[in-house]
Amino acid sequence: MGQPAERTSGEKRIITKKPELLAPAGNLEKLKIAVHYGADAVFIGGRDFGLRSNAGNFSIDQMEEGVNFAKKYGACIYVTTNIFAHNENMDGLEEYLQELQRVGIKGIIVADPLIIETCKRAAPKLEIHLSTQQSLTNWQAVKFWKEEGLERVVLAREVGLQEMLEMKKNVDIEIETFIHGAMCIAYSGRCVLSNHMTARDSNRGGCCQSCRWDYHLYEGSEASSRENALFGEDDSPFAMSPKDLNLIESIPKLVEAGIDSLKIEGRMKSIHYVATVVSVYRKVIDAYCADPDNFKIKQEWLTELAKCANRPAAPAFFENVPGYKEQLFENHSHQASHDFSGLVLDYDRETKMVTLQQRNFFRPGDTVEFFGPEIDNFSQKVDKVWDEKGRELDAARHPLQIVRFKVDRHLYPDNMMRKGVS
Amino acid sequence: MTVKPELLVTPRSAEDIVPLIEAGADAFLIGEETYGLRLAGEFSRADIETAVKEAQGKAKVYVAMNALFHNEKLPLLHDYLAFLGNTGVDGVVFGDPAVIMAAREAAPDLPLHWSTETTGTNWYTVNYWGRKGAARAVLARELNLDAVVEIKENADIAVEIQVHGMTCMFQSKRTLLGNYMEFQGKNLKVEGRSKDRTLFLHDPERDYDYPVWEDENGTHIMSPKDVCMIDELDELMDAEIDSFKIDGILKSSEYLTQMTRLYREAVDLYAQNEDSYFDKKEEFLERAKALQPESRSVDTGFFFKETVY
Ligand code: SF4
Repeated sequence: MGQPAERTSGEKRIITKKPELLAPAGNLEKLKIAVHYGADAVFIGGRDFGLRSNAGNFSIDQMEEGVNFAKKYGACIYVTTNIFAHNENMDGLEEYLQELQRVGIKGIIVADPLIIETCKRAAPKLEIHLSTQQSLTNWQAVKFWKEEGLERVVLAREVGLQEMLEMKKNVDIEIETFIHGAMCIAYSGRCVLSNHMTARDSNRGGCCQSCRWDYHLYEGSEASSRENALFGEDDSPFAMSPKDLNLIESIPKLVEAGIDSLKIEGRMKSIHYVATVVSVYRKVIDAYCADPDNFKIKQEWLTELAKCANRPAAPAFFENVPGYKEQLFENHSHQASHDFSGLVLDYDRETKMVTLQQRNFFRPGDTVEFFGPEIDNFSQKVDKVWDEKGRELDAARHPLQIVRFKVDRHLYPDNMMRKGVS
Repeated sequence: MTVKPELLVTPRSAEDIVPLIEAGADAFLIGEETYGLRLAGEFSRADIETAVKEAQGKAKVYVAMNALFHNEKLPLLHDYLAFLGNTGVDGVVFGDPAVIMAAREAAPDLPLHWSTETTGTNWYTVNYWGRKGAARAVLARELNLDAVVEIKENADIAVEIQVHGMTCMFQSKRTLLGNYMEFQGKNLKVEGRSKDRTLFLHDPERDYDYPVWEDENGTHIMSPKDVCMIDELDELMDAEIDSFKIDGILKSSEYLTQMTRLYREAVDLYAQNEDSYFDKKEEFLERAKALQPESRSVDTGFFFKETVY
């Protein structure tokens, strides 16, 4: 327990049991991209029983297609069913879980014992993973859930490396932890700000991110005490917006700790985001496991992640309780350094022509960058651009428009094109 | 005659016990910050012993161990539970399964009450924790009245709800007040950021004030209004909910005694004569409102509210 499987070839240590790289997907297209770009597993939401009711959720048929697609890559699919159900949400649960089992979903991510027990009874082949919504913070609680027959637990986001190591030491269960993405600033499951402020139930997927709003901090118990402001006219208002999580530099420690699954957050994010983040972590995990003793973080990986980051990032609780530098005041978001400008549909090696689906404005003369699992990133200037019918364009203006232009190096379907934001 | 629920109060100190019993409290929830969340007062082990002694034969004493425990606190649980078992408290309130694990060894006979505050939302889960050893479940405050009644109808264990006081909206492990102060260049450590300081967040859009403080369990943000169900007790009592809680957090001892007395009167009246209660319920509400601090108005929480998702 607690140590990753490894062997030595000659002088060199190699880690043979890599952690699972687990990616989010809000629809079938994102699922395929995540798998294609290197995820070992993908978590998705169904139409019911999951949080993120607006994340673009999967029908059973779409799930089946996703499972079959993933299988070709040796990847698997988990479904989040992590609401805290109210009485009225109990109907249809059994049938739903049986359907998941039937189409080959590997496991569910769940918070409410109602769903855990129903799953054990109705769909016993599904693995059960405890959701971060349970805010699991200590190894005795981990042991409790192990004794309840769960295969895996997702830890609270407040758990640091030392705590993970103790959990691994004390309990033989798979541990999944978040490595990248946006997160709650409250203990998950323990925030009902949205219920109070907007009558939307955060524990059933209705959270409206009230924690990202601005407030004013005052002192005193009487109405008149608004005069006792703890900030000045020019000060930033009180805010509790967390920076996003980014543990890229801690991957070696996570691998050495024997953490079983490394999870990227963001079922609402674009395919560009999923592709970028998954491919960077894929490279980091593979590079570390291939030669842990000579591993170094490359600057290009960090730069690559910044290309899709729409908030500054920090390691949150991994080493310490985060301070004010890991929060955002005033400007709660910033722009990623790059825009996603196109998805490669085809490439003709003879003519060197790419067929591309436009995702953001670009025009001849722009410098663009291509990336994808089969290629090393490269940049080039866009020359003449034609539409499907061969008409020359002054710019690719329309979303999803099909365009063609010349690219010197080889490209593959599902490679992506991005452009620096000026 | 309708069955009377237990009237459960959270006192500020051991000195409150006797006056609150006189005012009509049937039970107390006490404890200390190391183990319990958002308590009205700090009760050391000696205070707990005093409270148990004073309440003996007249009221029950429950102790809060409902914090989210990180590994570092696990070694403390065993000893604290053994102490509570020996002291003869009537129950322990927990949210974290680590407490069940420790109680099995340290105090197997101590009744356990399950309370995570936000996640007690359906009767199946209530019964699940019953099978794991809980004798009572405290329901989420975000439920409406119909859901509460339906849970009670299907629950195998006792059901507790909060009928009066502030409720928690948010708990973060981060020191959000301290972080803000530090960001502003003010050192809050010197100035204090505990409950005693009465800080609040103003929400300009809704024009609400949310009490906020920091303690060893992190940052807590509370509801802008106090729940007050004194004029709506009938359905809850008809449903035979087992325990009604009055939360005394951020209130004075005097307020708490008077409010307890008022609920005692209302509960007793409904149990005795429903019509008289209906005649008087407006008056109960007016009297409750009169006790409220200027900055805290009352509402009925989520009992009559629909939430969407
Ligand atoms: S308001 Fe913020 S902390 Fe609360 S549930 Fe929503 S995202 Fe999480």
